[in-house]
Amino acid sequence: MAETQLKNDRDVRLREAEHPHSPVVRFSADEPLKLDAGSTLAPFQIGYQTYGTLNRDRSNAVLICHALTGDQHVANVHPVTGKPGWWETMVGPGKPIDTERYFVICPNVVGGCMGTIGPASLDPATGEVYGLDFPVITVRDMVRAQAMLLDHLGIESLFSVAGGSMGGMQVLQWAASYPKRVFSALPIATATRHSAQNIAFHEVGRQAVMADPEWHGGRYFASGGNPRRGLAVARMGAHITYLSDAALHRKFGRKFQDRANPTFSFDADFQVESYLRHQGSTFVERFDANSYLYLTRAMDYFDLAADYGGVLANAFRDTPTRFCVISFTSDWLFPTSDSRAIVHALNAGGARVSFAEIETDKGHDAFLLEEPELFAIVRGFLDGAGRARGLEKG
Amino acid sequence: MTPVLMRQRPDRTMAEAARGDGGTRLDHLLVADMIEPGSRVLDVGCGDGELLKLLEARGVDGRGIELSREGVNECVAKGLAVVQGNADTDLADYPDDAFDYVILSQTLQATQRPRIVFEHLLRIARHAVVSFPNFGHWKIRLLLLFGGQMPTTANLPDTWYDTPNIHFCTIKDFRQLCDVVGAKMEKAVALNAWGRPLRLTAPWWFWNLLGEQAVFLLSRRR
Repeated sequence: MAETQLKNDRDVRLREAEHPHSPVVRFSADEPLKLDAGSTLAPFQIGYQTYGTLNRDRSNAVLICHALTGDQHVANVHPVTGKPGWWETMVGPGKPIDTERYFVICPNVVGGCMGTIGPASLDPATGEVYGLDFPVITVRDMVRAQAMLLDHLGIESLFSVAGGSMGGMQVLQWAASYPKRVFSALPIATATRHSAQNIAFHEVGRQAVMADPEWHGGRYFASGGNPRRGLAVARMGAHITYLSDAALHRKFGRKFQDRANPTFSFDADFQVESYLRHQGSTFVERFDANSYLYLTRAMDYFDLAADYGGVLANAFRDTPTRFCVISFTSDWLFPTSDSRAIVHALNAGGARVSFAEIETDKGHDAFLLEEPELFAIVRGFLDGAGRARGLEKG
Repeated sequence: MTPVLMRQRPDRTMAEAARGDGGTRLDHLLVADMIEPGSRVLDVGCGDGELLKLLEARGVDGRGIELSREGVNECVAKGLAVVQGNADTDLADYPDDAFDYVILSQTLQATQRPRIVFEHLLRIARHAVVSFPNFGHWKIRLLLLFGGQMPTTANLPDTWYDTPNIHFCTIKDFRQLCDVVGAKMEKAVALNAWGRPLRLTAPWWFWNLLGEQAVFLLSRRR
């Protein structure tokens, strides 16, 4: 089985990287993407998805920024996994981000592996997959590329930018880099800088990938391998950080998996082990290991205040954007204190800001899950912003 | 520090329940009338945002702080700019002169450090509107004098051992605090049990005896 399976996975990932199941904008060699690292990417492409209709004034566009392992398939069946879109609870007809009212755009981030340029793309200089020859990118690079996409689509001003976790970092970067293009912003379960603890977790994940002999110094496409085990372990570790002690206990407790007694072996006796193994193995089918290295690195480097003389408030000085910051009580990866720091800086900058902490035991992942309070707040915030923007009620 | 309750329980005092023609709370109308249209206002302890809504209808750029999650969510769902926070700890986060007015409605007596809260109010805004229940009202004096117990009234129904109100004061006490922190009184109104203003010309001792609550408009004396 292994040989064909491996080849198919690889073919699928290479295809999605170059010719994804979504619209693509290709920027020519004359339109390079300038990177914080000092180099440029050209030519390059951005894969993206849209939902709803842009109105005549071009004033109802909502940009969704996806998280670390997300992609542009927000609200449609995923072309690789066949699963529902990652934010179908939030985005769609009649949903809080209502595609009957708003024109929703979600691009795959730079460094990703679903149609936007990343380490799994072909390097025009060599005709080979970039691998580790891909330059290290930042959250600001992702946002700069998204701005180029919006220019291409003829959208000058966004009604809103929304996203959780790494998506929230992009939201904050958008508001700081292009305040006049962002009417409202919804940074959810995020921070203006990645904490030492979070960098530490990311480093463990990267080392797991790199320790897999099939990683081959990042040249696994050429060698015909795939660091499945390493990437799966990275995903398993990370997945724990997205949940909470209480959520794990509620879901699994100490329950055994399909057995009444322990087997006195290292099989997945416990349900929680079986669950994590499943999370790991399904992840590697759709995600590129090198992308995981690059995107975790981009999050590690994120420190918005550092670009503004160390004073976060300066990133938002006199901003015209209205903000709604949301955190979750049991999120220990991006705890409420991180969101409060954002609110503090926004207040100091004189911004129009709302902030709510939602009580839940579901941890960081709560932003992706069924959370009625989250939906009510997002809907209310966008309704209020829509009135201020003069959007017709759909 | 224990969080301060900001109108966490349903509004139920008689004065707060008293409503005018359009269904607007009388005490809210009184506060709103003290505020210049077009100014920037922070409502500390903004509850479900009813006052902020009224102010925004009058062209005020309003923001709120509210402790209770339900209150914040209700406000945001109404399109108001409200952050979850606590008067005792979070006012320090606001820069000097961030607002034209700051409102502290029926909350001062529930703070841990009323003086520090009051000083922050006058630091972050040029004007402060402060309302509070008057513990010098004759009924309360009688209850303590003849009942010998901490008074409970229709407006202040909580027992001493189960109340968010840990720093009661009288109108006289509050005027003293204004002197201590250097606040200038621009306007003061005492209200009866139904939220209607008492006679304007009455002397202070009269207000302190007959006002169930008081609303002060203050500014910095510098």
